[in-house]
Amino acid sequence: MIDAHDSLIVRTMARLLIPLIQLFAVYVLVFGQYGPGGGFVGGVMLGTSLILGILVFGPEESPCRLANKVVHGDGIGLIIFAGVGGLCLIGGGEFLNYSDLEIPWVTTDSRRRFLGILMTQIGVAVDVAVTAISIVFSLSSSDESEQPDD
Amino acid sequence: MTLWFEILLLILLVVTAAGAILVKDLISAVFILGSYSFLLALVWAWLGAVDVAFVEAVVGAGLATIFFLLTLFGTAPKDTHLRRSAPPRLALLGLPVLGLLLLYAAEDLPRFRNPASPASVHVSPDYLSNSLEDTETPNVVTSVLMDYRAFDTLIETAVIFTAGVACVLLLGRKRE
Repeated sequence: MIDAHDSLIVRTMARLLIPLIQLFAVYVLVFGQYGPGGGFVGGVMLGTSLILGILVFGPEESPCRLANKVVHGDGIGLIIFAGVGGLCLIGGGEFLNYSDLEIPWVTTDSRRRFLGILMTQIGVAVDVAVTAISIVFSLSSSDESEQPDD
Repeated sequence: MTLWFEILLLILLVVTAAGAILVKDLISAVFILGSYSFLLALVWAWLGAVDVAFVEAVVGAGLATIFFLLTLFGTAPKDTHLRRSAPPRLALLGLPVLGLLLLYAAEDLPRFRNPASPASVHVSPDYLSNSLEDTETPNVVTSVLMDYRAFDTLIETAVIFTAGVACVLLLGRKRE
């Protein structure tokens, strides 16, 4: 069902907007500890920028080849999040207690917890973005399979 | 001056909510729902919950609208128009009574910004005073979500993952 859009205006606007949205998403993700935002919002915006690419250029076009591959990575974000918790266990502490993370060149507990928050936020962002894209793909592919019936 | 703006905001919120339910065309309903989400995001920002406002604007107005539209385009054009029967008498009588009961119960809720309300005396003073020291994170919402309550967030991430897998299993057919 998703075909490439043939309007030049839409394609040019998408070409301009997608990198901006992605830049802002990364900003929101990384600076979630200093301002509003965080992993969830950053992930949704990252996913939305790729969805815009899918809707405008079609799933096979070059800016969105990443999105096609991304669907196979469902669960990577969860693994990152739980993996950080597991690293805390390996570091000799409690699950998801970041002060036991073993990070080289980091000496203070508060810095470890800061970096732990950052890593888990990246995990949440990856999970949310992949889920958003895969839901869009599954919503559109069900239509594809029904079309021969008409 | 600002109070008028807030009253206008709340009236617009109610109007868009009613419009999203009452409008016949489902695609218009989706867009009205998106504008409702934007107004709701403004209300959250007015109440000081900037993170919630951000999520509401991005998810409610952006992502949910895309999902609704894709669902509508995926379904047959027949059900873009709904036929509704008149509401039953019981609902017309019962819902105002329920609303009055809710207003009566709302009298007992703690006042907004009351420092002695149960929500702000239990653990949140600890979080507010220790967040910067413990985690070098000035945004307390982030430190509560990702550090103090990290286990909750992990399970929420698992819920999102499960939703994606369920959508692929239920809707996704083989794509070449």
